[in-house]
Formats: sequence, C-alpha cells, structure tokens
Amino acid sequence: MSGGFTSSHLVYLVQSIGWTLVLSALAFVLGGIGGFAVMLARISPRAWLARVALVYIEAIQGIPLLILLFIVYFGLSVYGYQVPALVAAGLALMIYSSAYLGDIWRGCIEAMPKPQWEASECLSLTRWQTLRLVIIPQAMRLALPPTVGFLVQLIKMTSLASVIGFIELTRAGQIINNSIFQPFLIFGLVGAFYFVLCYPLSRWSQSMENKLNVSNR
Amino acid sequence: MFSLDFSPLLPYWPTFMLGAWLTLKMTCVAVFFGLILGMLVAFAKRAKLPVLTRLCIVYIEAVRNTPFLVQIFLLYFGLASIGLRMPTFAAAALAMTINIGAYAAEIIRAGLESVPRGQIEAAECLGLPKWRIGWHVMLQPSIEKVYPALTSQFLLMMQASAIASQISAEELTAVANTVQSDTFRSLETYIVVAALYLALSLVIKLIAWAVGEHLFKRRRAIRLAAKRAGKTPPDPQRIDTVIPGGAA
Repeated sequence: MSGGFTSSHLVYLVQSIGWTLVLSALAFVLGGIGGFAVMLARISPRAWLARVALVYIEAIQGIPLLILLFIVYFGLSVYGYQVPALVAAGLALMIYSSAYLGDIWRGCIEAMPKPQWEASECLSLTRWQTLRLVIIPQAMRLALPPTVGFLVQLIKMTSLASVIGFIELTRAGQIINNSIFQPFLIFGLVGAFYFVLCYPLSRWSQSMENKLNVSNR
Repeated sequence: MFSLDFSPLLPYWPTFMLGAWLTLKMTCVAVFFGLILGMLVAFAKRAKLPVLTRLCIVYIEAVRNTPFLVQIFLLYFGLASIGLRMPTFAAAALAMTINIGAYAAEIIRAGLESVPRGQIEAAECLGLPKWRIGWHVMLQPSIEKVYPALTSQFLLMMQASAIASQISAEELTAVANTVQSDTFRSLETYIVVAALYLALSLVIKLIAWAVGEHLFKRRRAIRLAAKRAGKTPPDPQRIDTVIPGGAA
C-alpha cells in the first residue's frame, strides 16, 4: 500500500458529488415526467389503461433497481446501442422512479374528496381541466412531503450506478479505496457526504408531513 | 438482429433456484434480527434517558440517510481492514440487519406513539409489571397496526439484498453475475432473475399475509363476529409510515 489519504483524494471525492447530483436531478426530472404519465394512466377511466399502469407499478416495484440497471445496460448494448453509463443509469432510474412516483401521486389524487370532481363536472369543466385547475393544485400540498422523501431515496439509489461504471460518489470512493486501502476513512467520508445531501431533505419532508398532520395529533 | 434466446440458461436452473433460496434465507435472517433490533431501539428512543434517545436518533438517521451500498462496503471492507474477516453471507446479513433495524424502529415507534395514554395508565393501575405493559399493552397492538408498513419495508429489504452481490455474497444477483459471464447471455439472465425476484416478492407477500392472519387473532375474531352478525367488518386501524423506496 502506498501513500495515505491526501487532499487530492478529497478533491476527487467532492468533485464526484457533482455527478451524483447530476444523475439525481436527471433521474428526478425524467422520473417525474414518467411518474406523471403513470399517475394519469392509473386514474384513467379506461379500465384497461388503469390495469396496465397497475401491472407496470407492481412489476417495477417487485424488481430490485440493481437488476433493472443491468437489464437496461445490457439490453441497450446487445441491441447495438453503446450508450454512456450516465444514460443507462438515468434511464433505469427513470423507469424505477416513475413507478414509485406514479403510485405516490395517485394516492394523493385519490385522497381528494369526491365532491370536488362532482362540483367541477357541474361547472362543465372537462376531465383534464378538472385535474389541472382543481385537483392537482390541491393534491400538490399532500404530494410534496412524500415526493421530497422519495428524492432522498433517489439520491441514495444513484449509488448503484457505480456498478455499471458511472463515476459518482460511491464509485470515486471505491477507486480511491482500491489504491490506498483505508475503507473506514473513505467509506465513512462517502457516507458522510451522502448524509449531508440527504439529511436536510429528510428533515424538510418530515416537517412538512408534521404540518399536514397537525389535525390528527 | 439480436433475438432473445433463453435455452443456454436451462442447465443453470438449479443454480438460479439455489440463488433464490439464498436470497430468501438472507432476508429471513436479517428480518428476524432486524425486527428485534428495531423493537429495542424503538423502546430505547422513548426511554427517559437523553443520552440513549440521542444515540438512537443518530443511529436511525445515519442509516436512513446513507445508501445501503456504502453501508455494506463500510462494514465489510472496514472490518476487514482492522483484521476482522467474516464470510460474505454473514457480512451481508449483518448489514441488512442494521439497515432493517433503523427502518423498523421508526415504523414501530409510530405504532407505539399511537397507543392511547389512558391504556398505559390503566395497565399501570392494574399493577401490571413494566415488561407486561410493554409487551401486551404497547408492543402487540402497535405491531398489529404497523404490520402492513413493516411488511412492505421487508419487501424492499429483500430487493436491497441484491446489493449484497457487490461484496460477492452468494445470493440471486451474484449467481446471475456468474451465469452471465459463463453463458454470455447477459440480458436473458437478468430477465430471468427479474422474474425470480418478482416471484420471491409474491412469496414474501404470501408469507407475510399468512403470518399476519395467524398472529393477529383479534383481527380474525372481529372479522368472524362481523360476518356472523351480517355486517361488514370495521376498517382495521392501521398506520402507514411507508418510507417510499426504502432501503436502497
């Protein structure tokens, strides 16, 4: 073993946080779009569409993200698309988070009282108008805490992208550890960086949740 | 054009089955010890000792806000670096236990908080010893309430066990990695494994349901009574503090 932990190692680790954030943001935006579509399908009045969305949600939630990551990564490559690891990881995370976000948001939409829909119908709003102008703005308040909570999970999940060779925080830690075997220090540091990213979001989500639940305390 | 061909995987069928069994075993071990740890931490967090409460909070928050992959690396390579080498299966199961312990503690704590103050006071008035209040009045009803949240957490943990393949602990994903490097049929291998994980989640859901039916006699009795009286059974009280996406 040569050398100890130097400042250049630390700089390398800190720089790789940027890639963790890029991947998280990419996955969150793509997953949000996908999740919105899944949510719309799930509450659709067309029974077959709702059922397809249900099967999608159940199937994705039953498969580990790691396996999904491998399927996307190898799946794209055997069909001749050599994509960068960022794209494969982003795609897998999108599929995964769209199922979870779709399910979370569906719950929030369905928590809205039925008379809201009926009143909108009386005002002759179309289904899309009802959703956009009446239901979604109110459901947002309910949806924000679990969505932020999921964002925490998403940041943690990006650590799995290290497996297909995307150099983010965890991968950077592994690379340094391979050269100067000091796992306690390095992975402790990596864990601490994740904690710094996730803890404020967790607290924020929790405090919003508490505010929503004031009535039944 | 590439087409899916599952036939080279057929000889590996017993290997896949063994992998699935190991995943199930690892999950069961971790759930068992994790649940015990979670109960202890949930009670410890409520104790009137500021130091203990603070310690529990640190433990829970540290586990919940760092990735499982980093936890498992820290545990396995960290302990190896100070000369404590353990088998990968044990290391993976230990990491999972620690992880489940934190999530379960938070879920059980939510259940404990929902026990009405009056019930505990009534039990105290009846002169029940402390441990009986803890077990009969507090823990059992709250486990019943949070049971759905707990089982979905365990399900997530079963999936997170795939991450144990990264320290080459023998389980389904690690088996898949070996098979795909033997057969060069990577996509097919992972599709098969995905299907196996889906089947495993169904199995665990079934086990959880059966255990729930067996354990919570009260729930069964209420439903039976309602059926006899010709009424619909009352909605069971439950608390869903599912942490979306848990583990990972």
